[in-house]
Amino acid sequence: MRIGVFVCHCGTNISGTVDVAKVAEVARGMPRVKFATDYRYMCSEPGQNLIKDAVKKHNLDKIVVASCSPSLHERTFRKCVEGAGLNPYQMEMANIREQCSWVHHDKKEGTKKAIDLVKMAVAKVGKDVPLKRMRIPVEKKVLVIGGGIAGIQAAIDVSMAGFKVVLVEREPSVGGRMARFDKTFPTLDCAACILTPKMVTVAQNDNITLYTYSEVEEVSGYVGNFEVKIRKRARSVDMDKCTGCGICYGKCPTKVPSEFDMGLGKRKAIYVPFPQAVPNIPVIDRKNCIYFLREKCKICQKVCPPGAIDYEQEDEIIKEKFGAIIVATGFTLFDHSVYGEYGYGKFKDVVTGLHFERMANASGPTGGKIVRPSDGREAKDVVFIQCVGSRDEQKGLPYCSRLCCMYTAKQALLLKEHNSEAQAYVFYIDIRAAGKNYEEFVRRVQEEYGAVYLRGRVSRIFEKDDMLIVRGADTLSGAQIEIKADLVVLASGLIAQPDARKMAQMLGISYDKNNLFTEAHPKLAPVETVTAGIFLTGACQSPKDIPDTVATASAASVKAIGLIAPDELTLEPLVAKVNPDICSGCLACLQVCPFSAIEKEDVKDRLTKEMKIVAKVIESVCHGCGACSATCRVGAIDIAGFRDEEILAEVEAIT
Amino acid sequence: MTESREPNTEQQEEWQPKIIGFLCKWCSYAGADLAGGSRIPYPANIRIIRVPCSGRVNPLFVLKCLENGADGVLVSGCHPGDCHYSEGNYYARRKFAVFKKLLEYLGVDPRRFQVSWVSAAEGEKWAEIVKTVVEEVRAAGPNKQLSAPVDKCSGAPVKRKHLKND
Repeated sequence: MRIGVFVCHCGTNISGTVDVAKVAEVARGMPRVKFATDYRYMCSEPGQNLIKDAVKKHNLDKIVVASCSPSLHERTFRKCVEGAGLNPYQMEMANIREQCSWVHHDKKEGTKKAIDLVKMAVAKVGKDVPLKRMRIPVEKKVLVIGGGIAGIQAAIDVSMAGFKVVLVEREPSVGGRMARFDKTFPTLDCAACILTPKMVTVAQNDNITLYTYSEVEEVSGYVGNFEVKIRKRARSVDMDKCTGCGICYGKCPTKVPSEFDMGLGKRKAIYVPFPQAVPNIPVIDRKNCIYFLREKCKICQKVCPPGAIDYEQEDEIIKEKFGAIIVATGFTLFDHSVYGEYGYGKFKDVVTGLHFERMANASGPTGGKIVRPSDGREAKDVVFIQCVGSRDEQKGLPYCSRLCCMYTAKQALLLKEHNSEAQAYVFYIDIRAAGKNYEEFVRRVQEEYGAVYLRGRVSRIFEKDDMLIVRGADTLSGAQIEIKADLVVLASGLIAQPDARKMAQMLGISYDKNNLFTEAHPKLAPVETVTAGIFLTGACQSPKDIPDTVATASAASVKAIGLIAPDELTLEPLVAKVNPDICSGCLACLQVCPFSAIEKEDVKDRLTKEMKIVAKVIESVCHGCGACSATCRVGAIDIAGFRDEEILAEVEAIT
Repeated sequence: MTESREPNTEQQEEWQPKIIGFLCKWCSYAGADLAGGSRIPYPANIRIIRVPCSGRVNPLFVLKCLENGADGVLVSGCHPGDCHYSEGNYYARRKFAVFKKLLEYLGVDPRRFQVSWVSAAEGEKWAEIVKTVVEEVRAAGPNKQLSAPVDKCSGAPVKRKHLKND
């Protein structure tokens, strides 16, 4: 065995706190190491060529690269040693950057630890055996979860490449949050005008199957072969028969607050959420429908010309296979009722930005008038408060929600356009308008539309003579300010969906402390997750405005298409393997396997020539978690790449 | 004179606890990487072994570490409920709850073996955990209990005169 050790400086990232030359020098004295050197950037082309040349010149058969985390460059160096004619799994990395030089400041200690880490990698690579990658077929179909602008764009992009897409949306219509907006910054395009054509495309495209009023219930399988269970909730309306004429909801006697209009307007118990809904087919809200409550009424059934109303309809479970999944589940708004200074959510005339959007919308509940929800009077003096929840670690969110500065500016503009008498006051902390034409837009709102921007926090809002008194400070002039306002609009921050964690656990993807889904790498893999085959787009990952959302949707689609386009996928061979000679057939492994990847097998014992039962791993189903291996009483199961022998060699190297 | 020289050379290399960490590659290993990416310093006493899942860690690995002279062992995985393999960390949690009791029964100071849950987004938490574990193991002192010293000539295990309590 001839091991080569290659120590990377990573510029000064590693060499700043680790004496790399010394690490290489010590490595030269380690058992079976025939060659060791250090180099400025091991991952660069000259660095990789250095490895390839050394393999030839020194006849090396195993390689240790001491550099960054394997999650960053394991693939790079596997490919490199493969190019040098070695088995790619005869390479180990010592993580001397993320887990050494970047976290320790003392050069002596850093060097000592780096040497230990190299020792461990040398010991492990010594036990490594050559492995062969597996090839598996790919299901050429993509699942998109969430039918907002992110999901819609992703579905369209994937379908345009000629692949089948299933789009699942839990509301009765696609469109998501964007469908509720009036106009979009900074161009003031009407949101519906740019969104509805895309919604219609989704419904009409032959490659796209749309399941609205449906939810993903279960996801199993693995990259290229996900098995998904979708629950299509009972609409109580036959989608094939319904013509979308709308007579049913015209006649329905029950009125309830409309979720789509943020409770500002009413809808019926049988309803489409908004006029441009796709599909334009109503659903019956069984919690409020008189028939479902008291078995009376049935008016909708009587008036429906094609007889599409079906009270007996049941939830339908659809099982389908997908090669890749795009997650586009979006966001929800921060609940401002935790703030006493804004009235704990008690004041009717303190609303969120989304309420304002519905009011500003011509087809909204107020017909495009900005009014006070308490008495319906048109609002003249409107106070906007930014950073509600955002950037407040005490009560709210530690992060900046990124779009509130812009949508507040837009709403201040819309207010003036809807009512030239009106006056907007904006309380802000900082204005973050980093985007194409964003800063110019905010400036225009201040200069041309006369919005008054006040730098400071609001300390209290209280009611006085049917008006709201907003008390705050202008920290630039140092003055205390009181504004008599008709309406207060809170720029509530964006947060993860309430069930985001459940979704992440179902998909096996990771999430951060704010329940936002985590990307595989913040810079180099922003739409991938650590779970192969699952991609992210839109605000479920972090707050994003529409341009960014659309961009990530297209990015996620390209990644998904790239994955399912080839006929076969190569999988890492890091799976479990049973040694039938020592397996006692107790099948404890079968009990713990989370993927049911282990089955019974009858084999002839090599010694006794009698038939016996042993465990057998189905390699394409095995994920290589190793629960079986840690459970096996006789040590008959091992995980390729993480075998007992390899792990213990690492332990022994440093103890 | 001789009296003053000897302790000096002895004390030059102050005893540092040696801790071995078994980290699952999806959460805790990535969390430790994030601590690095965010430049959050922590003591250099830990040596990390990357494993696919905390459920992969055989209690025998832990025993082997202690037997070979490691002063402490830390197993860290995804938070319960967040396992990349959906239930691997549940097995780990159950197994190590029993195993910790067994170690205590053997007389091993419970501070020497610890289990934690660190997600890929918790770089700060990782650094904090390492600090705590290092301090606790330091307080527990050098591990002389499970390690089996060997006679250098014969290779046979040396019979210990007395077991020192931790």
